[in-house]
Amino acid sequence: MSDELNPKEIETLRALSAKERMQIPRQVMPEQSPDERRANFREVPYGLPSMTAVVEANRCLACKKPACVEGCPVGIDIPGFVALIARGDFEGAIRKVKETNMLPAICGRVCPQETQCEANCVLGKKGDPVAIGRLERFVADWEREHGLMEPPPIGEPTGKSVGVVGSGPAGLTVAIDLRRMGHSVTIYEALHAPGGVLMYGIPEFRLPKSIVNAEIEVVRRMGVDIQCNYVIGQIETVDDLLERHDAVFLGTGAGLPWFMNLPGENLCGVYSANEYLTRCNLMRAYEFPCCDTPIAASERVAVIGGGNVAMDVARTAVRLGAKEVYLIYRRSEAEMPARAEEIHHAKEEGIIFKLLHTPVRYIGDESGRVQQVECIRMELGEPDASGRRRPVPIEGSEYTIDVDTVVVAIGNGPNPLVPKTTKGLEVDPRRGTIKTNLETMRTSRRGVFAGGDIAVGAATVILAMGHGRKAARSIDHFLRTGIWDVDRID
Amino acid sequence: MNKILENEVLAEKINRYVIEAPKIAQRRKAGQFVIVRIDEHGERIPLTIADADPEQGTITLIVQAVGKTTAQMTLLKPGDYLLDVVGPLGAPTHIERFGTAVVVGGGIGIAPAHPIAQALKAAGNTVITILGARSKSLLILEEEMRRTSDEVIVCTDDGSYGMKGLVTHALADLIARRGKPDFVFAVGPVPMMKYVSLLTKEHGIPTMVSLNPIMIDGTGMCGGCRVTVGGEMRFACVDGPDFDGHQVDFDELMKRQAFYKEQEAIAYQRMLERCRAEGIAQPDPS
Ligand SMILES: Cc1cc2nc3c(=O)[nH]c(=O)nc-3n(C[C@H](O)[C@H](O)[C@H](O)COP(=O)(O)OP(=O)(O)OC[C@H]3O[C@@H](n4cnc5c(N)ncnc54)[C@H](O)[C@@H]3O)c2cc1C
Ligand SMILES: Cc1cc2nc3c(=O)[nH]c(=O)nc-3n(C[C@H](O)[C@H](O)[C@H](O)COP(=O)(O)OP(=O)(O)OC[C@H]3O[C@@H](n4cnc5c(N)ncnc54)[C@H](O)[C@@H]3O)c2cc1C
Ligand code: SF4
Ligand code: SF4
Ligand code: FES
Repeated sequence: MSDELNPKEIETLRALSAKERMQIPRQVMPEQSPDERRANFREVPYGLPSMTAVVEANRCLACKKPACVEGCPVGIDIPGFVALIARGDFEGAIRKVKETNMLPAICGRVCPQETQCEANCVLGKKGDPVAIGRLERFVADWEREHGLMEPPPIGEPTGKSVGVVGSGPAGLTVAIDLRRMGHSVTIYEALHAPGGVLMYGIPEFRLPKSIVNAEIEVVRRMGVDIQCNYVIGQIETVDDLLERHDAVFLGTGAGLPWFMNLPGENLCGVYSANEYLTRCNLMRAYEFPCCDTPIAASERVAVIGGGNVAMDVARTAVRLGAKEVYLIYRRSEAEMPARAEEIHHAKEEGIIFKLLHTPVRYIGDESGRVQQVECIRMELGEPDASGRRRPVPIEGSEYTIDVDTVVVAIGNGPNPLVPKTTKGLEVDPRRGTIKTNLETMRTSRRGVFAGGDIAVGAATVILAMGHGRKAARSIDHFLRTGIWDVDRID
Repeated sequence: MNKILENEVLAEKINRYVIEAPKIAQRRKAGQFVIVRIDEHGERIPLTIADADPEQGTITLIVQAVGKTTAQMTLLKPGDYLLDVVGPLGAPTHIERFGTAVVVGGGIGIAPAHPIAQALKAAGNTVITILGARSKSLLILEEEMRRTSDEVIVCTDDGSYGMKGLVTHALADLIARRGKPDFVFAVGPVPMMKYVSLLTKEHGIPTMVSLNPIMIDGTGMCGGCRVTVGGEMRFACVDGPDFDGHQVDFDELMKRQAFYKEQEAIAYQRMLERCRAEGIAQPDPS
């Protein structure tokens, strides 16, 4: 397929009436076939070819009051950038995106668009919404592939400095915005590579690490000092940071894996999703023995959970060579928190869904390796606090599945390391999150801000970025005025 | 990037590394460790901080070559770099004035035992150290231990030095000879810690052990290092590495440590082949 632009066709497209525009079907993004991708870690979708992107962009009606923008936690000027793509001005389009979102290649790939920007698109009322995420991804890829990634202008130095703990999407966004305002920024990251979940959690086949690295490289070029291998709460405390920084932002995420406290959960071959994914993504165990970190060689894998993380694990297990991968979830498909697209991909890749089932114990062999998972069937009872019907076990319905690997993907809580070592930082006693005013991102501790998963529990990349953005404005206000007791920053 | 200042052979397959890490040198406390990655393809491996010099800005690691990464480390020369060193990790060892404290170090476990003996001594304890090694050529840090202990008992499995036998024998003898000590700290191979704990449990002596499960991040994020203590799941990298020896499920720990044996052997063989191909002096095969 030629990737050239066709100016004539663009002209024709630009001349279409609104009615005609609405006739254009949502464009398809080509992707690897399920059979092919089961055997590799390369990204599944190939991205839109240039002219396909232009056609897709021409579906947008350029609404006067664009509802789509309301759905974007960072408020990207969606009709603005889409219109530029529609004209074939990709450089203009990416500039427009980057006015509000400095990590578009990431968001375009991993945002749950169907519940955010695209959920609000007027076209979605009758047909398919504009593929906003794919267009965002398209211009970001176009810029990178053309070697045009440039750091945005930096503000006049203010002489103030901010310490940012954690280099996930929240920390990166706060750092970018603060540099634009002229503050100096140091990020402290516990792992050896920045990016947070983008680096260690989300698999290569959904978000290639080279793309994360390229976007982070721009952050570095903005003059953000990123100190890896730096665990706050161990080598230094937040109080130490406040001695050399004028403010501190905590973006430490929700990295504490939950287990179910079942018998046999510590058998060999039973992993948390975090460990399984970290071995595979951050440590590149899929390249073993080229890379040193091993991961279980598995034939039959049970993944416990029904969220995006569970889908990522199941699809990773397939690529690592497992012949059968079971996804064991205690509710029905309708209640699954995973994105529809991910469930679809997982099914295409042959993952066996065991819905309305839950594990009760794991059984191992002599050497301590897991051999079986014992499950019980469930049925849906009365709705619980979350409004979803509560699963209740059906007595006597226990049965076992033979497995050699189990991955527990039932969720993560905030890591207590920073709260535990910081005086005067209030924490929600039940959820472990740092108490944060979600307007100002201020914590109970003067000069300390927080955002992302550490403030609200496991959420999304773009929400973390939205927090980072708000926090930067609030930090800037605090640094300029010295006023702490405010409820809103306008 | 952390510069290696010294790499010295202490005993067969045991090297002592002095590494530039100024901030860690200032902050570390006895019982804490670092996680090291040698190169881009490398694994993250935990190593106890055996000693530190805050003035020079250095930490000392004492490492036994048991597999790919630790063997590859022996090939590094002063002036070379470790790609990543993160720490100090883990909770420091709880030190107080117990009275008479016995420190038991077995094999490479003598390295982590040393700073603990130092700290116990500094806190005003009478420190009796029991050192165990398979044979004389594998014994490390005897001199250093003598400097920080009121008494040192050496045992070797083959009787090539000190008393012939296991550290548990030496500990039983000691209890018979001097009465119950107030506190025991044991670090070394898991079976050794297990049997020391069984013995001290019989005598009702409070005992701490330092556990070494397989780790990755060392910050409580992956749960790979989980151990069962008193029937509960704990993460050794943040809740430990020290735990009450009378509560630890050592058998589970041993099984979890052995989980990757086959892959570890593959990684090790592959390194040997690469060394051969590149004409690099090979580290001792283990
Ligand atoms: C497997 C998986 C798949 C996901 N898929 C999606 C998706 O498709 N779309 C989506 O929108 N969201 C997804 N999410 C959720 C999303 O990744 C998170 O909501 C988001 O990354 C939160 O960002 P954050 O900046 O708050 O924290 P994180 O990304 O968790 O980053 C926190 C960083 O802080 C560091 N840190 C922690 N403690 C310390 C300390 N004491 N000192 C120094 N550094 C520290 C950590 O090492 C980490 O790098 C997924 C999550 C997972 C686990
Ligand atoms: C808290 C802690 C402190 C330690 N301190 C020291 C020390 O001071 N000196 C020393 O010589 N050794 C120490 N170890 C053990 C050391 O980490 C392992 O010997 C090393 O990881 C082996 O790696 P390898 O690639 O050379 O060998 P491999 O062939 O990969 O492994 C050999 C054995 O080492 C263990 N091991 C492998 N990978 C890891 C890992 N990522 N984390 C933990 N254990 C692993 C396994 O039981 C394995 O069977 C410590 C371990 C822990 C957990
Ligand atoms: S950042 Fe996410 S929510 Fe906003 S426009 Fe892009 S894909 Fe939609
Ligand atoms: S709501 Fe849909 S059609 Fe309207 S501007 Fe946004 S993307 Fe375009
Ligand atoms: S090493 Fe990952 S939680 Fe301890």
